[in-house]
Amino acid sequence: MEESKKIYWKGLEQLTNDSEFVKHADNEFGQAPEENLGHSRRDFLKMMGFGMSAVALAACEAPIRKAIPYVNKPVDVDPSIANYYASTYTNGGDYCSIVVKVREGRPIKIDGNSLSSVTKGGTSAQVEASVLSLYDNSRLRAPKAFNSKTTWENLDKQIIEKLGTVAVSGGKIVIVSNTILSPSTKTTIEKFNAKYPSTQHVVYDQVSAYGMLKANEESFGTAMIPSYDFSKANVIVSIASDFLTSGVSPIEATKQYAQGREVGEEKKEMSRHYQFETILSLTGANADYRSQIKPSEEGAVAIELYNLIAAKAGRASVGKGVSKPYLENAANDLWASRGKALVVAGSNDKAVQVIVNGINDMLGSYGSTILGTPVNFRQGNDEAMANFVKEAQAGSVAAVIFYNCNPVYDHPMGAELAEGLKKVGVKIATAYKEDETGSLADFIAPDHHYLEAWNDAEPKKGYYSIAQPAITPIFKSRAAQESLLVWAGETNVDYFEVLKNNWKNWFFTGGNFQAWWDKCLYDGVLENPGAGATLSFGGNVSAAADAIAVNYKTAEWEFVAYENGTVGNGSQANNPLLQELPDPITKAVWDHYVTVSAKDVSDIDFREAKTVYATLGINGKEVRLPILVQPGQTPGTIGIPLGYGRTKAGKVADGIGVNIYPFATLVNGSLSFSGAVTKFEKSSETYQIATTQTHHTYMGRQTVIQETVLSEFQEKDWKREYQPEVTTWRDKDHKVKPGELSMWKGHHYNNHHWGMAIDLNTCTGCAACVVACNVENNVSLVGRQEVINRREMHWLRIDRYYSSAVQPESWSWKQAEAAAENPEVVFQPMLCQHCNNAPCETVCPVAATTHSTEGLNQMAYNRCIGTRYCANNCPYKVRRFNWFKYHDNEQFAQSNPAMNTDLGKMVLNPDVTVRSRGVMEKCSFCVQRIQNGKLGAKKERRPLQDGEVVTACQAACSTGAIVFGDINNPESKISKLLKIRPTKNEKDEEDITRVDKIAENPRAYQVLEEIGVKPNIWYLAKVRNKSKAEA
Amino acid sequence: MPPDSRFVPLEVKPDTTPIMIKHFTSSLSKFLSVVTLFFLISFTGQSQSIPEDAASISAGQTLFNGNCKSCHKVHQQSVGPALKNVYERAPSIDWIKGWIRNSAKVVASGDEYGVKIFEEYKKSQMTAFTNFSDEQIMNILAYIQAETKKGPDTATAPATGAPAAGAETGGGLPANYLNVILIGMVLILVLLVIILGFLISSLKRFLDQKNLSEEDREVVHSPITASTISRSRGFIFIVTFLVAALGFKAVINGLYSVGIQQGYAPKQPIAFSHKLHAGDYEIDCKYCHTGVMKGKSATIPSVNICMNCHRAVKTESPQIQKIWQAADWNAETLSFGPNQKPIEWVRIHNLPDLAYFNHAQHVNVGGVACQTCHGPIETMDVVRQYSLLTMGWCIDCHRKTDINSKGNAYYDRLVELHNSSKPGTNMKVEDNGGLECSKCHY
Repeated sequence: MEESKKIYWKGLEQLTNDSEFVKHADNEFGQAPEENLGHSRRDFLKMMGFGMSAVALAACEAPIRKAIPYVNKPVDVDPSIANYYASTYTNGGDYCSIVVKVREGRPIKIDGNSLSSVTKGGTSAQVEASVLSLYDNSRLRAPKAFNSKTTWENLDKQIIEKLGTVAVSGGKIVIVSNTILSPSTKTTIEKFNAKYPSTQHVVYDQVSAYGMLKANEESFGTAMIPSYDFSKANVIVSIASDFLTSGVSPIEATKQYAQGREVGEEKKEMSRHYQFETILSLTGANADYRSQIKPSEEGAVAIELYNLIAAKAGRASVGKGVSKPYLENAANDLWASRGKALVVAGSNDKAVQVIVNGINDMLGSYGSTILGTPVNFRQGNDEAMANFVKEAQAGSVAAVIFYNCNPVYDHPMGAELAEGLKKVGVKIATAYKEDETGSLADFIAPDHHYLEAWNDAEPKKGYYSIAQPAITPIFKSRAAQESLLVWAGETNVDYFEVLKNNWKNWFFTGGNFQAWWDKCLYDGVLENPGAGATLSFGGNVSAAADAIAVNYKTAEWEFVAYENGTVGNGSQANNPLLQELPDPITKAVWDHYVTVSAKDVSDIDFREAKTVYATLGINGKEVRLPILVQPGQTPGTIGIPLGYGRTKAGKVADGIGVNIYPFATLVNGSLSFSGAVTKFEKSSETYQIATTQTHHTYMGRQTVIQETVLSEFQEKDWKREYQPEVTTWRDKDHKVKPGELSMWKGHHYNNHHWGMAIDLNTCTGCAACVVACNVENNVSLVGRQEVINRREMHWLRIDRYYSSAVQPESWSWKQAEAAAENPEVVFQPMLCQHCNNAPCETVCPVAATTHSTEGLNQMAYNRCIGTRYCANNCPYKVRRFNWFKYHDNEQFAQSNPAMNTDLGKMVLNPDVTVRSRGVMEKCSFCVQRIQNGKLGAKKERRPLQDGEVVTACQAACSTGAIVFGDINNPESKISKLLKIRPTKNEKDEEDITRVDKIAENPRAYQVLEEIGVKPNIWYLAKVRNKSKAEA
Repeated sequence: MPPDSRFVPLEVKPDTTPIMIKHFTSSLSKFLSVVTLFFLISFTGQSQSIPEDAASISAGQTLFNGNCKSCHKVHQQSVGPALKNVYERAPSIDWIKGWIRNSAKVVASGDEYGVKIFEEYKKSQMTAFTNFSDEQIMNILAYIQAETKKGPDTATAPATGAPAAGAETGGGLPANYLNVILIGMVLILVLLVIILGFLISSLKRFLDQKNLSEEDREVVHSPITASTISRSRGFIFIVTFLVAALGFKAVINGLYSVGIQQGYAPKQPIAFSHKLHAGDYEIDCKYCHTGVMKGKSATIPSVNICMNCHRAVKTESPQIQKIWQAADWNAETLSFGPNQKPIEWVRIHNLPDLAYFNHAQHVNVGGVACQTCHGPIETMDVVRQYSLLTMGWCIDCHRKTDINSKGNAYYDRLVELHNSSKPGTNMKVEDNGGLECSKCHY
């Protein structure tokens, strides 16, 4: 890279070339487990004796194994053949249309449902991981009354009696829930209301959008959230909205966003994205221009943007804004592409949202990038919930039903509510676990897990989605809707019948009902989108600006609590897949921390995530957490992830971190997750955060990431900067590509040649693929300490690189600070590259890793003797060694329940071996899926079609950044994307079966191309839509 | 176990393959429930329309064996009625067509003759073959007509050539050569002994004619006794060597057999006989092992498959009563009861967890006969593990077996490439990566 001065680094220690980092980078495996290898002669004799008896025993009759067939086999279940059912993931206001893979009656994998035009086949890390929550050992086995197990009959009798008494005395009954997307559930609640007219339904959300609802009520007359379409926007400005992770509809937004970011030879345009934010969020990491603001400045930035655009639109300016870098550019770009522009804000303050609505109105976004079709995702009412807590405290609530929600943990007034519940006569919870709220209830009527239940959802007006059970309920749980109907004294309580009748009455238009219903179940979705309402803006912008001026004062230290991309709002915190998933930005696992700018804590030597604790004072409360030094964070601010500090979630999550919800306050009528920090003290107590950030690095090879800016990419005959060439023996001017030279003759792939393309431009780094890979391939989870020991097992990791044009003159922490102030970010999914000249294969002394005739680098676990030479020789550092037996091992029961509990084992993929101690493993390109796809074609006696074999990571990728396929097939999607051209053989004929293929897509490159290992994975260089001067 | 190697010869010999597994033409769904058929009343003249040419009869035989044979015989009553003369007994040919395509519909329509048969055969329902064409049904009738005319003797001749594995004929010519060579060598050795004997006696005579000392004379005339031989160095060396070598061989053999269960024939909870079902009654393997064409597992039949026949057949047997108990069968309502108890069969063929084997790939795609791996299963009263099931055994077959590429478009391009690169040779499984690790281990 002669031209560009840019440097890439994973962590500050790499930037400063810290000695410890270098030491670890050299040492592939970190430290080997300590073992006393000083065996004595007696030990030898003992072992010999044991060995002899083991052989003698093995020679005896093998244990008797039983084969137990069905008595009456269901027609559609065939052992060893997977069934797929369309269903719907709902978790509060989160939604995803899914397809569940079921083997012998057990759900084992979740994929997106491409028939849904809301989520369009996309998933997220939480959705992918939710299959393991089904087999959570901390689930309730049966209903409970007053802390002891009971039967449903008993429970119903007691509850009906108590509710009857309450109803007679006219006492207030409150149903508390998160946003309910299901129209049929709403009807059951109505039926309950009809029986008990004194019932009030209070809806709250962990991270609410109440400010947006109120702002829209003021602006458009109805309290609703419109549909955003990021794909139609040429310019996107986000003011502290992390719409790719924790926005209103992150999966949908990710899909749309990627559409706008996609470039190719045919489409040399892409959207431009400005982000103004406090912490470095996933969305901010994907932005072209990123500017740092404090949380208190969100409103002022919105006002400034409003005024800048108002000046162009000829409207009056309002209030007083604050100028920030790139804000003026953003305004110019927005105005230039008005009608195709979009401004979003993450603030939950009505005033900020009104201003943003005003901006969008001036830009003509309504009707183009913002559509009038309302979404139902976040309908929580912060004020109603706060009122309910106060009423409970005052003793004016007679009975409460917590419908699948956990406000004692995840509502800011949880502690007050816990106090108030003592004065509530009847307390009922329907959660499927005895969580923080459930444990305070008199009665727990456990609901099914969503994979066991019938349900429906209406994520958007006119877009319906159905959830069908993929497994018979494992425990004695009962649909919460059915519970409500029983308590309401209904005769028809079968929720499935209720649901089916509802759909019949609402949507069925005639014809054969059974056929129509079957089609609904098959598709999983039913879409009758009507024309969205026309939104005409009528908000009071100047009043909003005044409110902002009153409500926000900048403080020296400010905090912002946020949902991260792994445990999110904490409702799935007991899922180890999410706990061990590296946070897309910080790369921390199993830990709770506060993020602080390097500038603010220059005295902390944050090497290998070794840090100290900080004590924060917020609203008179204190919190003590380790400090994580985060490049890109606004100086003077502290970011704290939500979702930790669970106390009754289960073995996995309990005791990790601190509950941050209590620090949120009501500002301008809605919850605000930011504010002033009155005290910020560092203690001397040290702590090491488990992060994967600097594990598996490339020793300073800077060409691993290749990028350009849009204006250059648009030039005719654009070429990547880095085009390595090797001088040959012929003469010094004869240069060839490194891939053209080889010591080997090369393989011939007559049948298939599997390859993968990963588009760095559309990859947002969301890490859904990592979880999907874990679930598909039975990848062990190793727990916090083992991650610190650098022994995480993930086959697919996402390397997050920071880059900055600032070249440190000397390797010092002070220099690093400057580079780390506001770096660019790029994500690179890294997995086994399936090299055609694989360095790992040549060093294996037992030929446990070999090359297949389809281009796969194969790993035979039963052959591996654990020399680890292969991992030492892998330039991409993608091989993982099993240091321990992670299955059936008490030591890993907490971190790896999927292999250590009978219940958890049900999630394992029966087609993939569970690896044992002492063997190497790595990405197999989902060879079980390849084999299955080929078998399907062979059984039908036809050639394999493109798209029949899909790897787990590809299926999980919402943005379509990962494309897998047969590059021997010129018609395949990947061949066309990479523009694969066969090279010539000895007879000078084009021969597609040869290994050497040329990818003519100018963006396509192979990582470490110069070392000539000929990978089967190509990356497509990242294109940033920013001016060349600033890139 | 064959003496020559640990590998069982695996050539698939189409001509020795039993009839019952010859025809894989029909889809499995057709086998899923039991059959009953027609009777009575002749319609003269109708048999005129039944074709009599050899092609139709042969096509009919194929269809009959593939679809009908599990329940019907031509001259004997089986699960369903004997089918001889059916074309004359049944009300009409059209009636037969309707009955084959959906007997339940005929019964439901109140057809007198249909209801009568249904009652007679304890209300067991015949599988509906909805996708049979008129021509196919006529071909089946053609076959039945031909068999009817042939009479029972020829039609019920036992299945020929039951054992499939070619162990007996496998090594013909080389074994003969070996014998000839051995006999030749023995002859040569005997000749040598005789010549040596002559030499010794003539040497003795020569020495006797000389004047030898007493000591030398003793040596020349030393007697050859058992004790002198057993004390000779050469003898001790040979014996020690042989004992050591045999011992070593035994240890090696023992170690190789660790974990190998060849010949394993455990007692099963129900004394089910494959000889009776697959051998004598010639019920198609796929009728019970429904998964074999579809997926990894061939599947041990579920009780409801047994009950297809055994709701009516041999119900008094104590073994059948065990099935009834498992199903909690209600003979009145002809339905499964609430207290079902799955049958716990003892698993015979145990592959290690690290090996992936898929029945559909071998049987459906590869066209490998069941007997190739499972041995002469139709002769086994108690099933035993016939093959070694070691990796060497798998690999051996993958080296020897041709890919069943005929009529499978998946292989078209591969065959073309193979023929151009290695003309004149057959494409073996190993030529398409059949020996690669991750074809079976992942």
